Formats: sequence, structure tokens, C-alpha cells
Amino acid sequence: MNDDIIKINKDFSDLFTKGRSMLDEGCSAVVNSYRDEAFKHFLDLNGLPNKSEDYKYSDLVSIFKHDYFTMFKLPPLNVNMKEVFLCKVSDLNSTPVLMVNGWYHDECNELEGLHRDIVVCGMREASLKYPDIFAEHYNKYTSAAKNDSLISLNTAFAQDGLFIYVPDNTVVDVPLQLINILNTDKDYMGFQRNLIVLGKNAKLHLLTCEHTLSNTSFLINNTTEIVVGENSHCDYYQIQSQHSSTNYINSLFVEQKANSVLESNIITLFGGYIRNNLYVALSGKDADARLYGLYTLDKKQKVDNFVFVDHKVPHCTSDQHYKGILDDYAVGNFAGAIYVRPDAQKTEAYQINNNLLLTDTARMNSKPQLVIDADDVKCSHGATSGQIDDEALFYLRSRGIGLKEAKTMMMFGFAHDIIQKVKLEPLRHEIDSMIDKRLRNEYTGCQNCVYSTSVKKNS
Amino acid sequence: MLKIKNLHASVDGKEILKGINLEINAGEIHAIMGPNGAGKSTLSSVLTGRETFQVTEGSIEYMGKDLLALPAEDRAREGIFMSFQYPVAIPGISTVNFLKTAINEIRKYRGESVYPASKFLKMMREKMKLIGMDNKLLNRSLNEGFSGGEKKKNEIFQMAVLEPKLAILDETDSGLDIDALRTVANGVNNLKTPDNSSIVITHYRRLLDYIVPDYVHVLYDGRIVKTAGKELVTELEERGYDWIRKEIEASLNK
Repeated sequence: MNDDIIKINKDFSDLFTKGRSMLDEGCSAVVNSYRDEAFKHFLDLNGLPNKSEDYKYSDLVSIFKHDYFTMFKLPPLNVNMKEVFLCKVSDLNSTPVLMVNGWYHDECNELEGLHRDIVVCGMREASLKYPDIFAEHYNKYTSAAKNDSLISLNTAFAQDGLFIYVPDNTVVDVPLQLINILNTDKDYMGFQRNLIVLGKNAKLHLLTCEHTLSNTSFLINNTTEIVVGENSHCDYYQIQSQHSSTNYINSLFVEQKANSVLESNIITLFGGYIRNNLYVALSGKDADARLYGLYTLDKKQKVDNFVFVDHKVPHCTSDQHYKGILDDYAVGNFAGAIYVRPDAQKTEAYQINNNLLLTDTARMNSKPQLVIDADDVKCSHGATSGQIDDEALFYLRSRGIGLKEAKTMMMFGFAHDIIQKVKLEPLRHEIDSMIDKRLRNEYTGCQNCVYSTSVKKNS
Repeated sequence: MLKIKNLHASVDGKEILKGINLEINAGEIHAIMGPNGAGKSTLSSVLTGRETFQVTEGSIEYMGKDLLALPAEDRAREGIFMSFQYPVAIPGISTVNFLKTAINEIRKYRGESVYPASKFLKMMREKMKLIGMDNKLLNRSLNEGFSGGEKKKNEIFQMAVLEPKLAILDETDSGLDIDALRTVANGVNNLKTPDNSSIVITHYRRLLDYIVPDYVHVLYDGRIVKTAGKELVTELEERGYDWIRKEIEASLNK
């Protein structure tokens, strides 16, 4: 093990020992009961998973050896509430929920118009108020990543995040829009932990927007567990738009019961290093997971998408489709695995990853994987990396469209394949327009977003 | 309108066009026929600016300009349009957005203002009616999942929208059944004005029964070896190209 990793691991040990009593404060016994075991597991796995197979193309040492400060106590709210109105998606009627640096502040979350049966609050508050739900669900779905020490690290240090509970037979028509704001005056390391539980016959749309407001560096380890109950439907959209000094490890664990549907769409517009882990367990018959992703990278951005779909029982379906456009020196990684267990007959599982490389220096590593232990299944996987089709480009130019515009149109068309899966029409239009601007290098933040405009004003 | 002089073009070092001479005036329809491999599609590619072909000799003057000096998009902006033999499918771009972009790029080049958005859809609908195209295709991705006939109709529809001065129909009849052929040909005829000209490239007579040419050229081994009126079409249909080959060989042996 190199000296950097030894030091990083030691620093975490010190931080954990010294911070332990503060970490426990405000969280329930259930949450705290996992800490020691999780941290021990982190160390047992040799700490930082540098250059392990799953993080082969990530340079975690250079990210982790940087000095960050942490906050183990609810910090005072540091965004100007007069400006906090909404990261409004035009025409999308949504209920905004704001998190600042991974902490939930009651005073900035009035939750107006929220469906009366659904519970939305901070994770630590919820852990005290709803011990039964936490006993049943908290940290119950992360075992799929038992070899990923960064997940254990989150469990050891997690103090707050978002909690959503949608009771049985509750259909939430108005989408929830979680806005994760990062804003600090020092380089910051945070551990956000979200728990989202849908009962039976329930429905939820959750849109998560990730933003950085300050120019400081960030190392964010954000872990989310989502339980989609029987006959329930969860749409999960995530839009990542962070500055280039943001290192973001975004792990999502989904547990799907019988007849449930999950539709995820993770769109990376900007970031420094972004790692998206998506683990889906299809645990009940006829569960259906549709997992989509899009990343547009340029300069020296790095985005890893790591997807693992576990077909535990028969008659489930899953469909993964990830697409990327890589420019300049950007590096993208995709590792998608489908695991069909011995009993999971009649599984249908598909996976595809397509990439457009715009320069000779952009790189894409794609690793589609299938492990099939059942004999009556339909599965396919594949990956492509290529350039913009010259024949199509000529077709557009022959109609009077200039080369640059023609290329932009081709990229947009390529990306639209993923965007069209977004079912909420106003959101789909908004993402279309963000992608179009992004591809034209005109993107400065989400349109109408007060946060991005306030940043521009200050800078 | 168009003056092609001694045009030589090659691909990967292989000469395909070996000295084409052709003059087209406003309002004329020229048919270019010839056996496979004669260079018909190469000629249309060179006219529209496809970069895989290198012009090694000769010149093309179009509306008083040196056509070969212009990139593909500028040729289109100057009023040249080609109906593709194999229209390309482009996922994620709808026909309507594609044409809106094309029209406005052309207008920008000509120093004109953006096409009024309020009138655009109305114009599109009128042109669709003219071509007999199903307007459901407008919002679908360009040519994606279109049948052969729909693709060719879409080409003529684009032609109707872009109103070219010189239209090149590159084997527009290939892959069309007789009804689709008639619709496409009617579309082309409806767009005819005394000011615009067409080059119709085809193997067969049937398209030329509908689009009646003023001149018929036979392209053979990279050269135009025969030019006549529309009566040549019937002769070619009856006798094939062999007699022309024999004529050429005979003249070469003299």
C-alpha cells in the first residue's frame, strides 16, 4: 500500500475516533449502531479502494489526499434565503426540497403543496421519529456493494440527508425536486445519506439537481437507498451540474418488490470527478427496472457509471441504456453488470452503452458484463464507441446546414435518445434545452435557476 | 445556370469522371442515364460537394460562381439540392426541426431574417399536402423507420420546402412501387417553374414517363457519349446500352 493511502486511511481513523460522539448526536440508535462495524469493514477492505477492479480507472488517491474540512454538527444555513426561491423548471409544478452541504434545514423547507400523506424531512430527524422504518430499511440494501469500502465509509460517517416516506396507496402526482446545494468557504468533505421508502401501490417522481455555488473543492460521498414497494412506481431523475473541482461519489441502492417499476435517468452535464453507482435488486416477481444515463464531458472531466442489476427472482425485466459524448481530454467509464440468479427464470435483461468521441484524446472505457445462472432468459449487452457519422453529416450539410451546426445537431440527436425517456414533459423540454446549450458551450447553469444566476452576479 | 467543362474526378486515386461537358439553362430538365458504374452518382456527389471525391481537372460554373470553391453547405445555400438515392436516417432529429434549421441557415447566408415561426408550420403543412406526405412523419426522427417510399417522398418534400434553383434527383425512382413513383413524380412536376432546373439521374424509363426531360444524356465510362431529346429514352429502353458501347468502340477503332 502506498504512503498516501496509509495516510488517508489513518486520517479517516483519527477523524472517526475523534468525531464519534458528534457523529452520534442527533441520530437514532439504529443509524449509530452501524458505524463501528462499517468503519471496521472500511479498514478490513484496506480503506481507500484505489485501483481496485471497480475503481480501476479512477484516481482516488489524488482526490482523497487533498485536505478537506468536515462538519459533524448541523451548520448554520449559509445561503441567502431571500434569493432561495426555486431551481424552477419552467411549467413543472414541483415541490422543492433544499439540502445545503448535505444537511436538511427546516427553515428553508416549507414544503408547500406537499401531498398530505407523504413524509419529507431530514434523515436524522426521521431516524428518531420513525424508528420502525429505520430498523426495517436503513442500511439494509447496501450489501450488494459489500466490497466497496466507500459505501462503508458513508455508513460510518453519515449524519443527515433526505428522508421520504410514501405510505401505501399514496400517489404523489406533484414531483419532488431535491436541490442539493454545495456552498462552503473552505474545501469540504461531506457524507450525505438519503432514505426513500415507497409502500405498496404508491407512486413518486423525484428529481434531484446537484449544484455547486462556491468555488471551493468538494469531496462528496452521497449514498441513497430507495425501496419501491409492491405495485409501486418510482421515477428518479438526477441532473448533475457541478464545477470542475467537485468530486462526487453518488451511490444509489434500489430494492424493488413485486410488480414495482423504477425508472432512473442520471444526466451528467458538468463535474470534476463523478462516480455514479447504481445497484438495483429485483426482489419481487414482475419487477421492472429501466435505467438510463447520459453524460456530456469535455476538458478533463471524468465520469464513471457503474451499474449492477441483480435479478433475484423470476419474471423480472431490466433495461440499461447509457450514452455519452466525450470531447477534449475527457475520460468516461461505464461498467454495467447484469446478474441473473439460478432461480430467476424468464428474466429479460438488456444493456447497452453508446459513446461519441469527438477528439482523438477523449477516452472511453466500457465494460458490459453478464453473469447468467439461469437457463430460460433473454439477455443482451453491448457497447459502441465511435465518431459522428460522416454520411449523416453530409446529408445535413447538403441541406444548407453548416458543419458546426450539423455536428451539434448530430450530438443532440444522439443524446435525445436518452432524454426522450423522461416522461415529465416540462422536464424533458428543460433537459433538451440544457443539453442543446451544453453542446453549444452556452450552458451556464439551469435556466431560471436562481442559484446559478446569483453565482453569476457574485462572480 | 450550370456549366460543367471537362470535369475529371476520382476516388481513392481511381478516375471515375473522365471529362464531362454539360450545360444547363434555367427551366430545363436534363435526364442522365447510363449503365451501372458509368459515374452518374459520382457526378451528383461532385456537384453537391461530397468530399470523398477529388476533382482533378475541369471546372463547374454555377450562376456565375466557381462551384468547386464552395463547401457543401454553401452550394445548398446557393440553391442546389440533391434528392439522395439513400437518404440517411438521423435518430433524435425531427424532420420539422431539421428543416427549420436548414431554412434559417440558408436565410442567414442570404442575409435574410429568420423565417417567422408563426408561418413556418403552415408552410410545412401546405408543402406536405403538395407532396401527399403524411404529416405524422413531421415530428418523427428524420427518416428513422421510414419505408423506402416515405424516405423518397421526404426528399421531395424537403425540396418543396427549400425551393432550389437546381435539383438533382439521384435515382429517386429506385425502390419505389408504381403508386409511390407517381406521387413523387407529381410532386416534382408541381414544383417546376420556368426558373428552376432539374437533373434526373435514372436507370429506367418509367420515371421519365412522368418527369419529361428536355434533354437526355447517356453517361458511359465517365463521359457523356450521347445527347438527344426525350425520344432517346424509348430507344434506350428498347435496345439497352450495348449498341451505344458498340458505337463508341467502332468510333475508337476508326
